[in-house]
Amino acid sequence: MNWGSWSAFWDMGGRAFYVWGAYGVTAVCIVLEIAALRARRRKARLDLKRRIAAEKS
Amino acid sequence: MAGINWFKYSSPQTFYPLAGKMAPWFYAAAVVLAVTGLYISFFVAPTDATQGEVYRVIFIHVGAAWMSMFIYVVMAFWAAIGLSFNARLSSMMASALAPTGALMAFIALWTGSFWGKPTWGTWWVWDARLTSELILLFLYIGFLSLQAAIEDPRRADRAGAVIALVGVINVPIIYFSVQWWSTLHQGASVSMTANQHMAATMLWGMLIMALAFWMYSIAAALTRVRSIILERERNADWVRALPEVQSRELQT
Repeated sequence: MNWGSWSAFWDMGGRAFYVWGAYGVTAVCIVLEIAALRARRRKARLDLKRRIAAEKS
Repeated sequence: MAGINWFKYSSPQTFYPLAGKMAPWFYAAAVVLAVTGLYISFFVAPTDATQGEVYRVIFIHVGAAWMSMFIYVVMAFWAAIGLSFNARLSSMMASALAPTGALMAFIALWTGSFWGKPTWGTWWVWDARLTSELILLFLYIGFLSLQAAIEDPRRADRAGAVIALVGVINVPIIYFSVQWWSTLHQGASVSMTANQHMAATMLWGMLIMALAFWMYSIAAALTRVRSIILERERNADWVRALPEVQSRELQT
């Protein structure tokens, strides 16, 4: 165990900005990609449903 | 290999449900590996003797950088197969990999920058390693924008394949840049020589995080290729018969 307390953990030996800046942006990137993947799938399904509905009517 | 008809899986129709079955397992593997890897990265791996805590950026930086190069090679491979055998699914696979590869290249550059500023005193230098990795990001962006600009999917596949194949020469340049040219970027093992125990936990953290990125990339590419199949095969009967397309409500 490296850290005496949670505040020591978040402080990262005085390098909090750099460590969490790197990890934070990585996490945001992955969350955004997953959101984009879900949106793309949703859009592909909706487009298909609209086409099928349009052809039937 | 006998008994399995591999060509069967080269059709979008058979690959679509297979990818759907595989993706959740790769997501799950990525989560388990990331939790384990992050635990090792922050709670098991000790403070670095020379760099202090900021070295912990290594655990995401190296995995993302490896994946950015590896995904490019795989993307070029599928693009080449798509180009030479006129195999649609292979080209779709290349297109599905590109955004995730670009993301990995961006993460590698960003985390490298945040590691570099406190450790070597600068966010960025135009040295061989950093510049060639930036070129990799531009190659991904070039591939994506070229494909987005071309209406006909098969022509977009061919144009993308040309970029992917020409650009693949950049990957060994990135990899060997730290040996070929003098650069600010450290060699992989510089900070891990303090003692055997330290080296082992740091290395394990790095490898497990790299595996997490790997599993995530596969999951993301499988998810994306399913959407690409729906978009491009929209006139095929089997696509129109899919339950997720047939259900009445438009909001799901």
